[in-house]
Amino acid sequence: MTGLRILVGVKRVIDSAVKVRVNSAQTGVETANVKHSMNPFDEIAVEEALRLREKHGQEAVPEIVALSCGPAKAQETLRTALAMGADRAIHVKTDDALEPLSVAKLFSKVVANEKPNLVILGKQAIDDDANQTGQMLAGLLGWPQATFASKVEVNDGKLQVVREVDGGLETVSAALPAVVTTDLRLNEPRYASLPNIMKAKKKPFQTVTPADLGVEIRARLQTIEVVEPPKRQGGRLVASVDELLDKLRNEAKVL
Amino acid sequence: MLATARRRLFSAQAARWYGRAARDGRFKTLGRGDVERLRAMAAPETVLATEAVGGSADAAELEGFNVDWLSKYRGSSQLVLRPKTTGEVAEILRYCNSERIAVVPQGGNTGLVGGGVPVHDEVVLSLRNMNKVRGFDEVSGILVCDAGCVLEELDNYVAERGYTMPLDLGAKGSCHIGGNVAANAGGIRFLRYGSLHGSVLGLEAVLADGTVLDNISTLRKDNTGYDLKQLFIGSEGTLGVITGVSVVTPRRPSAVNVAVLGVPSYEGVQRAFRLARARCGEVLSAYEFWDASCMGAVLGHQGLKHPLAGEHPFYVLIETSGSNKAHDDEKLAALLEELLESGVVEDGALAQDESQIRRMWSMREGIPESLGRTGPTYKYDVSIPIPVLYDVVGDIARRLEDAGLYRAGDAARPVRLVCGYGHIGDGNLHLNIVADRFEDRITRVFEPFVYEWVASHRGSISAEHGIGQMKRDYLRYSKSPEMIAYMRRIKDVFDPNHILNPYKVL
Repeated sequence: MTGLRILVGVKRVIDSAVKVRVNSAQTGVETANVKHSMNPFDEIAVEEALRLREKHGQEAVPEIVALSCGPAKAQETLRTALAMGADRAIHVKTDDALEPLSVAKLFSKVVANEKPNLVILGKQAIDDDANQTGQMLAGLLGWPQATFASKVEVNDGKLQVVREVDGGLETVSAALPAVVTTDLRLNEPRYASLPNIMKAKKKPFQTVTPADLGVEIRARLQTIEVVEPPKRQGGRLVASVDELLDKLRNEAKVL
Repeated sequence: MLATARRRLFSAQAARWYGRAARDGRFKTLGRGDVERLRAMAAPETVLATEAVGGSADAAELEGFNVDWLSKYRGSSQLVLRPKTTGEVAEILRYCNSERIAVVPQGGNTGLVGGGVPVHDEVVLSLRNMNKVRGFDEVSGILVCDAGCVLEELDNYVAERGYTMPLDLGAKGSCHIGGNVAANAGGIRFLRYGSLHGSVLGLEAVLADGTVLDNISTLRKDNTGYDLKQLFIGSEGTLGVITGVSVVTPRRPSAVNVAVLGVPSYEGVQRAFRLARARCGEVLSAYEFWDASCMGAVLGHQGLKHPLAGEHPFYVLIETSGSNKAHDDEKLAALLEELLESGVVEDGALAQDESQIRRMWSMREGIPESLGRTGPTYKYDVSIPIPVLYDVVGDIARRLEDAGLYRAGDAARPVRLVCGYGHIGDGNLHLNIVADRFEDRITRVFEPFVYEWVASHRGSISAEHGIGQMKRDYLRYSKSPEMIAYMRRIKDVFDPNHILNPYKVL
């Protein structure tokens, strides 16, 4: 296998451990002063790229590039990818809200410039749960796609991916170049080590704008309202089976 | 004098080896009449009485109150009372005091020295039904609550208002704030927020004769004579039953960083601590360490991934908490760089998100449980001056080796692990010895040696766990005869009939 050049997508999202709250205007969730981190599925994507290199060697995987689209703070997420072990970072800087199609277009332009032959993305980001970017990118590029990967192997220019599907496992194979999106059980991401964090500071970091890439960011969706799910009513204790039956019949009306 | 000391020592060991303290015949054995009277003082569902004393509860229902969570101490109480109000507690104690019925107050039953379970047939007075928040001042951050509130639930309550409880410990999901105060619990926030002697502003306690001592102050400053509440903090239920607590809570930090470091020597652990204080002092919120044996146990039992690429003799968890992430990040990054470049630490990992922070903490917090799952564990919780803190681990390992009971990695020997972890910043070591079973020939090797060792360095035989039943015979290693005599006089003042938590502490 010669020259597997990997592009990994990473998105800055509200940390998975944070309890999200709807903002008072009900136009979205509260993001100010809320902890943000790398989308967990993207961490898995970075880890998988690093593992492919560890398995096949530096020569076989000469470059791992991390790409993020978003505001200035997306830099932090790219720094994390570099600290995990990616070689360089590209930041497409924009304060516009990005829908999956816009992101897929930006990625396709970067792919045209960078010429990777494998793009690994998280299957979805935990903020909008869209699960569309990988598929749209494959469509725009005309590349094969292997989504929800729980195992990835690359041999002789061929990609083999195991996917978790209802009731079992499905194995698909495709020729490179291709797009892979990662599922939760693909791997367990590593910690960013101190030596790598220090090295990351010296790694190439490139910032471009959507205009540089010739992509116009346009919103195709309009958010009308964001509301919290209804609050769960507390349980009640009943004193006897008869009372329970009575409540089921007359209050809940399920009997 | 030496002979006296030795004789005392012998009797102490005998007490430990040949059984617990004998039942004090001055206490009344609970009768059906007593149970009827006590039952009338509280709601029926709050009383658990065995058939032997006229109730209908199964012995199994009382098991959770009679046995401590490590299953090390077992009492045989026939009656558990779970009152809902301070008035009920007062009425119960008044009766027990007049009848000379011994009582053991119990919180979440998460103690480590057998202080919260009965030794014989004492009545268990559980505070679990007193679990209401009484008030919270969003400006001062002062919380007033019942003693039976669970620590973690209180932390969630104040978190929603932007504050944090000033203490945090592994048992937070079960332990009660009243028990924390009675035991003067320490834990992992101690370095930052200090002792409960500082953060507890007031207490409501019921004395043995039913007197309610209402000192539930919410004042930061109050210099009006003797500060009686301080006596109850760390009294382990021997002076009164704490029913309400007022505690000042700090602002919850909005930016938290956690790193785990691999350190080549204990010397390095200390040097890194000094540097951490010098470079990050005002945001440093925890500095914990553990050795390679602990790491092996915790990774094996918790299914956690090793945070670093290789093995190291010591690991350090360092946490910063502040209000400005960029500021903290920069300081911590500079510190970590300096530590790595100077060779004080060999490797390290910095958490990149909240779930990594939690996983790193669970390495440290999972140690007691992981050791427990490795085998029966002798636990010592001692304060020792930091420079010699870890020496005791090596000294005890050597004694066990000399006795032929231990050799590192030799599974045929009865002692499997001799390990240390703890709160470096507080000079607090948790010395744990994991064996195949609790055995006198093993115990003899390090008891009372460990206490003598600690006393010879003017340390404390109990840094944060208390005395309870476990260390009662060893109190003199940390307290002089004069001090113990005055502790007894204080006990006599608050509980003249000694009905509260007998056979413990003194």
